[in-house]
Amino acid sequence: MDLTLSEKYEALQAEVRAFIGEHGHKSPKVGGPRRDPDRKTRDWQKLLVEHGYAARTVPRQYGGYGAPPDVLEAAVIADAFATAGVSQGLANQGISMLTPTLLEVGTEAQRTAYVGPTIRGDMFWCQGYSEPGSGSDLASVQTRAVPDGDDFVVDGQKIWTSSAHFADMMFLLCRTEPEMPKHAGLSYILLSMKTPGIEVRPLTTMTGRAEFNEVFFTDVRVPASQIVMSRGQGWHVANVTLKYERLYLGDANKMSVRLRKVVDLLRTIEIDGERLIALPEYRDRLLRIQGEVMAWRAHQLRLLTEQADGVDSGVKRLIVKYGGTMLLWRMSALAVDAVGAAGLPYEPDGETDDATAANLDYMFDIGMIIGGGSSNIQKNVIGERGLGLPREPKTQAVSAGGRA
Amino acid sequence: MQFGLTEEQRLFDDSLRAFLADRVPIEVLRQQAQMGSGFDPAIWQGLCELGLPGLLVPESYGGAGLGVLDAALAAEALGHAAAAIPFAASAVMAPLAFANNASRDQQGEFLPRIATGEMRVGMAFAGIGGQTGEAAPRLQRNRLSGRVRGALDAGEATHFLVYLPDGRAALVEAGATGSSAQVRRSVDRTRPVTDLAFDNTEAAVLDAANDRMAAALRVLDAGRVMLAADTLGAAQYMLDSAVAWAKERVQFGRVIGSFQGVKHTLAEIVTMLEPCRAFVWHAAYAQDALPDEARLFACQVKAHVGDVGREASRMATEVHGGMGFTDLLGLHYWFKRCTFDRQMLGSPERCREEAALLQGWKLAG
Repeated sequence: MDLTLSEKYEALQAEVRAFIGEHGHKSPKVGGPRRDPDRKTRDWQKLLVEHGYAARTVPRQYGGYGAPPDVLEAAVIADAFATAGVSQGLANQGISMLTPTLLEVGTEAQRTAYVGPTIRGDMFWCQGYSEPGSGSDLASVQTRAVPDGDDFVVDGQKIWTSSAHFADMMFLLCRTEPEMPKHAGLSYILLSMKTPGIEVRPLTTMTGRAEFNEVFFTDVRVPASQIVMSRGQGWHVANVTLKYERLYLGDANKMSVRLRKVVDLLRTIEIDGERLIALPEYRDRLLRIQGEVMAWRAHQLRLLTEQADGVDSGVKRLIVKYGGTMLLWRMSALAVDAVGAAGLPYEPDGETDDATAANLDYMFDIGMIIGGGSSNIQKNVIGERGLGLPREPKTQAVSAGGRA
Repeated sequence: MQFGLTEEQRLFDDSLRAFLADRVPIEVLRQQAQMGSGFDPAIWQGLCELGLPGLLVPESYGGAGLGVLDAALAAEALGHAAAAIPFAASAVMAPLAFANNASRDQQGEFLPRIATGEMRVGMAFAGIGGQTGEAAPRLQRNRLSGRVRGALDAGEATHFLVYLPDGRAALVEAGATGSSAQVRRSVDRTRPVTDLAFDNTEAAVLDAANDRMAAALRVLDAGRVMLAADTLGAAQYMLDSAVAWAKERVQFGRVIGSFQGVKHTLAEIVTMLEPCRAFVWHAAYAQDALPDEARLFACQVKAHVGDVGREASRMATEVHGGMGFTDLLGLHYWFKRCTFDRQMLGSPERCREEAALLQGWKLAG
């Protein structure tokens, strides 16, 4: 155990701090609205990529900084930005999930065409995974891609598609081999959202914002070269992507930032002339949450070290998504209780004040608990893969596309 | 930066756990619990050979000169075994008390005897450690008078070390003139609590620290980290046992671990418990290496792991069904281990109040 930074990392830390000191004022607001990024956000992203604080390990020939993977470097950088309250750049599905997937299993042409614009914020992606009948049981997706000449012809429907209303591209999980067993009949295809035959209908969520969409495909023609790996290997590619999604969703820095926000709220908001932090009931909830955040923060440092050492963290990794999203929600709940009755006026569109942001997070975080493998599925995964408990015995499956 | 254990720490942990698994099977644990003194001479002898009592004693005084993290690993292993052994006070807090509060002569006189295991120290923190019940000791020159309840590790102690509310500490030999010790079996039969009474009893006064209160709190905080580690070990044992049970017990023609109700309960336990391990390591490391954060870590780890221990031990008992509730499995020994740790040296509620004071979230007084 040694939490001091070696010279190399101390130098990096100093470098990042200097960068933030010089350029930090150009940062977009942290935790801003979830919508099409504006010019300021994109300029900031390009500055970060140029200095290696975003897309740090993406090879230079694809537009990245080309640093060798070093999880501690990444942690030092993330920590410096979080501590300064400055944006760490775009975190979206294209950057956090598709880019590493293409670097791992994409063709040279795909990497060259997509990675650079994606990490610079010029190309936005949405994820075409879930369908009305295929949520937790993702491998049962029914959207078809039928080969026809040099194209695939795509028909079907996706749902819960974040950002589809402004995304440029989609990575799509679809069925190309209906006669194969369900996991073996899938393919992973990249397509432009401007292709004729695609219709996007916004799906308003409980927050009141249209954070998701339904996407309908009618005779959508996609060149066959847009497939990642080959026909029937879509499930493998999707799992590569999901691996990166799990890393993306469980971020302890986010917890520290959120905790600081809640502390600020309790220190400043007053009820009947008394600061909330002076009221034992509020203070106690804050202290409990602080203890939890400290535990998860330590846990993340442990995982970071294991990752740097190439150790498979097993159950320690599997608990992060479930535990982390639940804790974030409890923090949102405390923030909502801090803004209290004065925070009830709610207009989700446009710029948000503290009270609206608290209520928005409080609801949006439930989406985080469900998305990317719902809490109940996570508990199955933890129990089965983490603790070695037996799976639920097979019952007569209701077939949905392909054989069960 | 390296957040993890060294090879030496892993080897030490392995050898300690192997010894405990071999020497403290459930039958031995039952015998120890029957006695209720929190001490087993044969096991103690073996642990002395492994160097346990001298872990934190400086090498110049015959110890291993290791840190609070090493001690926390041992505490976790002892909690996992529910071993009836004086550790948190006798082998961790007492050597730290001598290191922090004692004169060089006192260190030279007592530390080597702690390192060999010949000297075992029961401890009480009167009025500063979240102690409930009676505590009114007074010190006049080197004479100690008054009573203090609930001393830790004092069942078969050779000495008692009593911290006074001003941060000084008084060391009394067991059986000294004017002293009495009433050992009381506790809800956790592997560790008793002892009520001490003194009447003008001769004591060695430990008062060599520049800031005696800060020194006392360092000792107290190390003890809190030990009890958190002990709870972690005990709760982990209960989780391991519940998982094994869920893979073996058959109802409705299926092992019960295939039912989501049981599976999800176990997933909940591991999700709350596993981060506690990193938290305990971090808090232990902080005691030696992060002076600005050490107090907050000690208070919060005691509080958080205490709460998780309560939930996890209850849920793991539930998974065992009726068998978990009986004496037949003996699972209750580990439940009670968590119960004891939670209350001793400051409950979660008490520790969180202290954490609030430390951060200016609450005004003193």
